[in-house]
Amino acid sequence: MFRFILHKLALIVPTVFGITIAAFAFIRLLPGDPIEAMVGQHGITPERYAILKEQFGYNLPIWEQYFNYIADLLRGDFGISLATKRPVIDEFLTLFPATVELSLFAMLLAVLLGILAGIFSAIKRGSWIDQMTMGVALAGYSMPIFWWGLLLIIFFSGYLGWTPVSGRIALSFFFPRVTGFMLIDSLVAGKPDAFVSAIRHLILPSVVLGTIPLAVIARQTRSAMLEVLGEDYVRTARAKGLEPRRVIGVHAFRNALIPVVTTIGLQVGLLMAGAILTETIFSWPGIGKWMIDSISKRDYVSVQSGLLLIALIVMAVNLLVDILYAVINPRIRVQ
Amino acid sequence: MSADTPIAAPTGRFAALREFWYYFSVNRGAVLGLAVFVVLLLVAIFAPLLAPFPPEQQFREFIRMAPPWAGGTQSQFLLGTDEVGRDILSRLIHGARFSLFIGFFVVTAALFSGVTLGLVAGYFRGWVDALIMRIMDIILAFPSLLLALVLVAILGPGLFNAMLAIALVLQPHFARLTRAAVLSEKSREYVVSAKVAGAGHLRLMFITILPNCLGPLIVQATLSFSNAILEAAALGFLGMGAQPPTPEWGTMLARAREFITSAWWIVTMPGLAILITVLAINLVGDGLRDALDPKLKRS
Repeated sequence: MFRFILHKLALIVPTVFGITIAAFAFIRLLPGDPIEAMVGQHGITPERYAILKEQFGYNLPIWEQYFNYIADLLRGDFGISLATKRPVIDEFLTLFPATVELSLFAMLLAVLLGILAGIFSAIKRGSWIDQMTMGVALAGYSMPIFWWGLLLIIFFSGYLGWTPVSGRIALSFFFPRVTGFMLIDSLVAGKPDAFVSAIRHLILPSVVLGTIPLAVIARQTRSAMLEVLGEDYVRTARAKGLEPRRVIGVHAFRNALIPVVTTIGLQVGLLMAGAILTETIFSWPGIGKWMIDSISKRDYVSVQSGLLLIALIVMAVNLLVDILYAVINPRIRVQ
Repeated sequence: MSADTPIAAPTGRFAALREFWYYFSVNRGAVLGLAVFVVLLLVAIFAPLLAPFPPEQQFREFIRMAPPWAGGTQSQFLLGTDEVGRDILSRLIHGARFSLFIGFFVVTAALFSGVTLGLVAGYFRGWVDALIMRIMDIILAFPSLLLALVLVAILGPGLFNAMLAIALVLQPHFARLTRAAVLSEKSREYVVSAKVAGAGHLRLMFITILPNCLGPLIVQATLSFSNAILEAAALGFLGMGAQPPTPEWGTMLARAREFITSAWWIVTMPGLAILITVLAINLVGDGLRDALDPKLKRS
């Protein structure tokens, strides 16, 4: 197992290296000079320009610039945001829990409903229920989620008035930030009504962000179940006279779970892309919206570090999934 | 399916096509998807003839007019008008051109570069392979929409740059598929015999090996087609794709957020067009996978 983890780590080293190069190159690929790109088109005095150029180290040879960039990163220095003048890493860490909270809820929804729908479809294979479920799943998979979010707002927030339109919590609530997770912080502060407000704010964004993963998981679960249901051991279990619930739940589902877990792991990158759209629609103060805002404000230092951090996080999660996968399925480890 | 009459062993191109159609048409959803796609294609081609009005013509006196079947008073605007009084139906019809063009362009670009890279990597192996595949890994390490956004930030907002960015983001899938297929085909007898007969590298790569890897590539191309349309619409929605007043469906939605309470049809219609198009293409994709993947044929 230890060797397996080492092997996996060794495999991602070049990718991590490449990601830092990509982030490093980003600012230098912007049209025009990097300093001009940062300060905008308003123009600055030549003296100020020279000072800035030296301050950012753009007068050094390129390999030395890259070396300094990596050294800064290793010291935890991700640059200073051009928009807020605060360290980028502070901004990122402030907003990150909001995205995690949203993603976890979306994933919870997607996994629970997706697996249920997939199993149900597989058992009733070919029936109209199966066809309808899979039709809905394909529609979900084809969904432009930014539009789906707007539709849900029109119906549930506008027409029915059930859920708030945007944000994480009603503005009337104040409590100290402990973890950055609204649901936990509101309980820590002992404010159950704030907790309820946070839940109400979470529902629509989670549904929107969870839609595509839900559809993917449902389709994958169905096909994995169909494959397993045809296996000899399932037939044997049936022939032994075990009740169908046990055959499906234990004999079939446990084995179908392996490809499903992989699929769930693969959704992490997709969630981050979805978070950009979902957070924009619901004004959810997470890193997806922060990235969009940074791009439109031309805060390229934030964009650069956001790009790097998001890619590294997605990679770390994928690595974790790989390891978990090996824990569940010993066959993988041997290879 | 196994109960059906067995088909004679296919000989020649026509028979192969017939066998393909046999498996494809079993999937009713796929046939429906194909029909919708053909209709969309016709709409895109004949857009100026079909659209009741030019897409950019503004009827200032009929701003935000509801569709006639939903309380609107102007029966000439079948799907209502938008915030500056343009006929939404006409814009959607012209928008079909953009979305389908985006799909074709992106898939062609991603397919061409991805397949070439994958062929080269799988055929030559060694450091070429390592270098190409590591670059593909790096591209895949970024969430696709985020990478496309950043690329557009570098290239500048606009439809063409958005398409380039999406093509770049989608190409690793083609490279990986092609490489995997090449690796499994490379040591087969027909390749070895072609090599012995004196075929050069290019001929071996493109003429001997490539046609035998086409199945999964076609399926991936279909999926990429719908993905490209979705991503381009998302970029348009975020203001980084096609710029107004282009009647691109995602761009049409960019300002729609302001009207979610006052004029729902401005929000609903463009998104519905995206959903129908993408769904139709994905239905075709599912059908193609069933028809082209021999492993699934007898299931």
